[in-house]
Amino acid sequence: MLGNTTLTEFLDGLRTVPQHQPWPRHLLDERAWMDLLHQLAESDWTLLGLWADGGEVHAALRDEEDGAVAVASLSCPERKYPSLSEVRPGAIRLERALRDLWGITPVGLSDPRPWLDHGRWPVSRPLALPRGPAPETPVDYPFLPVEGEALHIIPVGPVHAGVIEPGHFRFTCSGESVVRLEARLGYTHKGVEELMAGKPLAEAAKLAARLSGDSTVAYSLAFARAVEAATASEAPPRAHWLRALMAELERIANHLLDVGGVCNDAAFPVMLAHCTTLREEVLRANAACFGHRLLMDRILPGGVSHDLTREGGATLRKLCATLAQRLNILVDIYDDLPSLQDRTVGTGIVRPALARRFGAGGVVGRASMQGGDARKAVAYPPYDELDFAVPTQPLGDVNARIWQRIEELRESLSLVNQLMDGMPGGPLTRPIPTRGGEGMALVEGFRGEILLWLRLSEAGKVVRCHPRDPSWFQWPLLEAAIENNIVADFPLCNKSFNCSYSGVDL
Amino acid sequence: MRLVRLLLQTLLKGPVTQAPPPADADSLAQLAATLSARSRDTLGRSLAIRALDAGSCNGCELEIQAVCGPVYDLERYGLKVVASPRHADVLLVTGPVTRNMALAAVRTYEAMAAPKWVVAMGDCARDGGCFAGSYAVMNGVQELLPVDLVIPGCPPEPEKLLSGLLALLETVA
Repeated sequence: MLGNTTLTEFLDGLRTVPQHQPWPRHLLDERAWMDLLHQLAESDWTLLGLWADGGEVHAALRDEEDGAVAVASLSCPERKYPSLSEVRPGAIRLERALRDLWGITPVGLSDPRPWLDHGRWPVSRPLALPRGPAPETPVDYPFLPVEGEALHIIPVGPVHAGVIEPGHFRFTCSGESVVRLEARLGYTHKGVEELMAGKPLAEAAKLAARLSGDSTVAYSLAFARAVEAATASEAPPRAHWLRALMAELERIANHLLDVGGVCNDAAFPVMLAHCTTLREEVLRANAACFGHRLLMDRILPGGVSHDLTREGGATLRKLCATLAQRLNILVDIYDDLPSLQDRTVGTGIVRPALARRFGAGGVVGRASMQGGDARKAVAYPPYDELDFAVPTQPLGDVNARIWQRIEELRESLSLVNQLMDGMPGGPLTRPIPTRGGEGMALVEGFRGEILLWLRLSEAGKVVRCHPRDPSWFQWPLLEAAIENNIVADFPLCNKSFNCSYSGVDL
Repeated sequence: MRLVRLLLQTLLKGPVTQAPPPADADSLAQLAATLSARSRDTLGRSLAIRALDAGSCNGCELEIQAVCGPVYDLERYGLKVVASPRHADVLLVTGPVTRNMALAAVRTYEAMAAPKWVVAMGDCARDGGCFAGSYAVMNGVQELLPVDLVIPGCPPEPEKLLSGLLALLETVA
């Protein structure tokens, strides 16, 4: 194979699965899978996701040259397959999780440790048929060895000192500097993939909305779009626009909290107080317009549950005007405070090359020069009709991630106004036909690109659903970003990433 | 400087904090059945709260953060979210209690000095919510710890959370 083959050319001629929408899914044999591995070493196709399903393993890929997306599937009757982790390090944790849940072995994966399975479930391999027996003892988890004189270890978590999600961080330090950070997650694993299997759409949609509460709109949108793809149906135009409106409101609310939160962790709580107050106005507008502060369960397969009234529209326009004006004041203050920037500039640097290697998108990726954004790359409606920029920053430090959020906030405020201006009329939902099929969705949440893949039965129930949170590819970068920074800057770095625990723990 | 101007403006405008909600009647009834009034004098109308995420989707955490912010201003009631369970009177648990978090949750509870209370916040913490029945979760906090008060909702709105906590304050402190 040549180095400059496109993804489409590479997969051309391989057997295609009917009823996989909107992107093709190809069936590979083991030789073709090995060819794919060699090709991945040459090309810069992005790994979008990697998951198992019965006796198959699926890898979703995107050719960044032409934007082509495809899924490559390998049947593994012997419950093993050649690992992608050597050529795509972002796959390491996905493969460890897949091994825990399905009992399928990624051959060549160098890390033998479990990831989601802490040895505390009443079963092992919970998604495999048949399941495995309960372990006799909890997993004894060996952290990566560290050797050297005068090193000390600080274990933190899973219960943290603040109101945040649980996870364990193991710092190895030399004096004040962090030599190595290793995260162990999986504490919030709720078994969502197993719960979704066999559920009717309405119940599965509820679970999708609760994968990561702060991204409830984005996950509901991803679920709805995947269902619509699988059933070859389409939400009405007004629903598309209302969905985007909710997605931008979610982005605004979260980015506000993050900008405030990072400054608070740099000992500047005034910013958090003001950002929280602004965020509260967004949440109240959400409740007034759509009946829920976080907009949970407002996006459903086929459309949306609530319409925007004339008064609601006026509320949102007023909100945007206020936010734009007050955000400017806060931005000026941030820009004007050398003592605050002293903490954020040059702290927690993620090199662009590393972000690219892990396929990290979202705020973390874009603050390190990665320009991907599903709203542009996939251009799902109504974003194909809207005018917005996808900003990036060159330096990849905490400061860059703050500016990234600020610039995205401004774009989102403009988008809300555009959405209000161009909102078409018409119905809010269209019924979903009862039929089987496979669908995949790529949706830009506030953290980055969410992938959601599902298969529906002929009776219209979920057979298998796999959601892949953007944080899968961002968490590993945090471990690199903190290296040689002082321990006291970890909260700052962590907040500037704001990765989801619940979203990756599933 | 912009910061000085903002601080002055904020001072002149007065607080953004809204009026307190009444203590929740349902919660008061729940608590009356389980708690004695003896601890009132000891605690002096002040409770320290340790928030514990036992596998929530993080929706509840967002509303706890909102309640701690200037608009709801939890601390004006003598309620304070603290960092260590050693300082806490109340364990505010969110999430269905995942099996992977059960040990940490018990240890957090055990680290608290008596008298202590457990509040289950949200529908998941009440009975597992939509995650009930999974191999990976216990079905709510009561399977693991003695629950004194349930504040339902998905997630409970800040007023609901506040009025539940105020009911706890009325009853115990």
